Amino acid sequence: MNIALTHLQRLEAESIHIFREVAAAFAKPVMLYSVGKDSSVLMHLAMKAFYPAKPPFPFLHVDTTWKFREMIAFRDQMAQKLGFDLLVHVNEDGVRDNINPFDHGSNTHTHVMKTVALRQALDKYGFDAAFGGARRDEEKSRAKERIFSFRNAQHVWDPKNQRPEMWKIFNTRIASGESIRVFPLSNWTELDIWQYILQEDIPIVPLYFAKERPVVERDGMLILKDDERMQLRPGETVENRLVRFRTLGCYPLTGAIESDADTLEAIVGEMLTARTSERQGRLIDRDEAGSMEKKKREGYF
Amino acid sequence: MRHIMAKSLAPTDGIRDYMTAQEKKSLLRFLTCGSVDDGKSTLIGRLLSDTKQIFEDQLAALERDSRKHGTTGDDIDFALLVDGLEAEREQGITIDVAYRFFATPKRKFIVADTPGHEQYTRNMATGASTADLAIVLIDARQGVLRQTRRHSIIASLLGIRHVVLAVNKIDLVGFDKTVFERIVEDYRQFSHKLGFETIVPIPMSARYGDNVTSRSVKTDWYSGPTLIEHLETVSVDEAAVELPFRFPVQYVNRPNLDFRGFAGTIASGSVSQGDEVVVAKSGKSSRVKRIVAHGGDLNQAVAGQAITLVLDDEVEVSRGNMLVSPAARPQVADQFAANIVWFDEHALLPGRSYILRTETDQTSATVTDLKYRVNVNDFAHEAAKSLEMNEVGICNLSTRAPIAFDTFAENRTTGAFILIDRITNATVGAGMILHSLRRAENIHWQSLDVGKRGRADMKNQRPAVFWFTGLSGSGKSTIANLFEKKLFATGRHTYILDGDNVRHGLNRDLGFTDADRVENIRRVAEVARLMADAGLIVIVSFISPFSAERRMARELMADGEFVEVFVDTPFEECARRDPKGLYARALNGEIKNFTGVDSPYEAPENPEIHLKTLGKSAEEMVEALELWLNERDIAEDQYDAGGGI
Repeated sequence: MNIALTHLQRLEAESIHIFREVAAAFAKPVMLYSVGKDSSVLMHLAMKAFYPAKPPFPFLHVDTTWKFREMIAFRDQMAQKLGFDLLVHVNEDGVRDNINPFDHGSNTHTHVMKTVALRQALDKYGFDAAFGGARRDEEKSRAKERIFSFRNAQHVWDPKNQRPEMWKIFNTRIASGESIRVFPLSNWTELDIWQYILQEDIPIVPLYFAKERPVVERDGMLILKDDERMQLRPGETVENRLVRFRTLGCYPLTGAIESDADTLEAIVGEMLTARTSERQGRLIDRDEAGSMEKKKREGYF
Repeated sequence: MRHIMAKSLAPTDGIRDYMTAQEKKSLLRFLTCGSVDDGKSTLIGRLLSDTKQIFEDQLAALERDSRKHGTTGDDIDFALLVDGLEAEREQGITIDVAYRFFATPKRKFIVADTPGHEQYTRNMATGASTADLAIVLIDARQGVLRQTRRHSIIASLLGIRHVVLAVNKIDLVGFDKTVFERIVEDYRQFSHKLGFETIVPIPMSARYGDNVTSRSVKTDWYSGPTLIEHLETVSVDEAAVELPFRFPVQYVNRPNLDFRGFAGTIASGSVSQGDEVVVAKSGKSSRVKRIVAHGGDLNQAVAGQAITLVLDDEVEVSRGNMLVSPAARPQVADQFAANIVWFDEHALLPGRSYILRTETDQTSATVTDLKYRVNVNDFAHEAAKSLEMNEVGICNLSTRAPIAFDTFAENRTTGAFILIDRITNATVGAGMILHSLRRAENIHWQSLDVGKRGRADMKNQRPAVFWFTGLSGSGKSTIANLFEKKLFATGRHTYILDGDNVRHGLNRDLGFTDADRVENIRRVAEVARLMADAGLIVIVSFISPFSAERRMARELMADGEFVEVFVDTPFEECARRDPKGLYARALNGEIKNFTGVDSPYEAPENPEIHLKTLGKSAEEMVEALELWLNERDIAEDQYDAGGGI
């Protein structure tokens, strides 16, 4: 018999196995849906894992209120098309205090509107397991994290004291109030993600494709002026440039790249010649050394 | 020879061709291990750098970090690429395993960079459990060290069959051939018992890149492959697809009454539509009606695929069971022998109850016999009463319910398990099954005609086990005595199991080490269970200092039958009373392992009855016990009456 699985088939099987393990072992799982390409792949895998049933858990979007408008439109469209149960959580305290990336900086904004918001949502619904789309190739503290990553009742990650994780035998036991963050895409690389999107024809937010868009050059990044909340600083101008996004987050914190890649094939082609990492376009990783680990310890995904 | 990932411009219309070519590449998972400072992280940094896997922004960050935390002067410190935790960078050590990804035109790689420090051995084991090859690094100046041996033994136990012996820092011994050969000889001497299929020694300098991706001119005496050449070509195929069919059922998918699918990942072998399969634990057979996958049913599926099976008949199968080939079935047993690697700072104690978890099954298990511990230096089998953190031993285990398994040598997926602490939920050990124990196959439960209920009804009472726990001198025996007298006077059938008395007979062979204390409690709990089964009200009066054993005792009894009574008297008061003069001697150092003095007492968190004895009489305590018992009996009578039997 000559039936070697392809690389993507192996990755897919591993992820599906992880999804099913959580559905079988936890009382109240949830999938964090961030609308980006990794989330799109994650959602696709979740649909596969439980076919012909729907995934036996809801999808949660933590909305910072600063996401690209196209992301929100895409999110609602997918929820309707696939018929999953979509929960949207906004940190209302942050909205009341008008926390925003322009006045408060990326650190405070991300902490209040994302990390704290996420903790609020997990506590509100009492989720005991939460899927996230993080990959180990993204960043060096993520390269250290288990697939089943334990969080205490305060949602804190203790990177120096992780549970051993042997084979595919996952320790799913937790005490009341504790939870597990689960990363089915741990062993995928950015290139794997794009190749899989291409192979499976997975819908993604149009912002990933090159198009003429109104951008402002600021702090060495090309920021899309997505709405009127973005005020121009002296000397800044809005230009229409042919750009796309390699990664998506809050629009004021996410840099576009100049590109003419307007098909999936062209994106994969561009990936193969990329000279910078995808997280370079994310302002939040650069705030300080070890900033991702610090955010993760506080409960960020 | 340069190894450059396909970073050169691929024309867009050729992308699908490129992807097809990528898909055919095989994947090699390997780890780097060895002692501290042998250069594991540096080697991975070198591999990533030489295969062009480091992006410009990452390189810039690395240069910044090297100036701040680096240990290589003005050069880039590649270790900082993988030591991703703040604590690691500050201390310059690797604490936990990091996974890194790279590819060459020939193969894809996932590498686990594992820590060398002995205290983080569990993280090395984590990295090794999913690897097919181990790069064992050795500092050419140091030679084979204790951690080299420990890591090699663990890699071997976890089923790794291919080793690269990377004799690193060869530049620091002047690229000396004799040093290299001596180390290789030492390693071969030591490792010939470990069952490695290949051991490929390579002299290298991870820091300067000699023999990593390009051949070094300074080791002209070496004619073997460079590291990357070897990694690209070594064959590690386990061919799980050739083994008998094993399908551990992970999840029963039942969206509606018309569909009942068994979801899981094929551990080994293959399955086709129409195949006969057998339910491992019941022996019932059925046929595969459909192999369901998103996008259309499959005719056939093989090891590694995550699928959903629909069977012809409504056979009983749930998570934890296995669908298997009828011709070659796994073993189903509740007693077996296994290699165990221990991870936890609290030692493995025979007799203590742990949670045993296979890929999809879970039950409780105790080590009935620690046969021996393996000395990592010379493989000597040493007698041991417990297994400390990072130690390896061979044990007999007994599980509460039978599990389906193969030996680990036959099947790495169905022959492995982990052990979990019942209280902290920590993963405390990993096990590789050696063989089932024959006695499990031959001793079957005898079904008896007269039942527990009948025996208790004849005595006109409900059985119960009152488990008194508390420090020596807390008043357990006094209260227990009085309690039994009162029960006896009201016509109840009772028995007291007293710690001191039992140690004169049944448990006279046990001492006071942690391991013996656990066994002491296990025996008494079993005796109490038999007595409850006979319909008695049992009063156990034992210090029973560990919550794990009290929980084990609780789980042995029927629901509601175990009544934990915490006789709560402060240490100072017990030591003041000191009825047997033991505290004075223990505090003097004359008695070792004395609870409360140099051996811990873990107070119950949620006892059914909490007796605070200070300032109270034994009569008052017993009144509280009687009240509790009467209330329970009334509640159960009402439940029975309402239950409409």
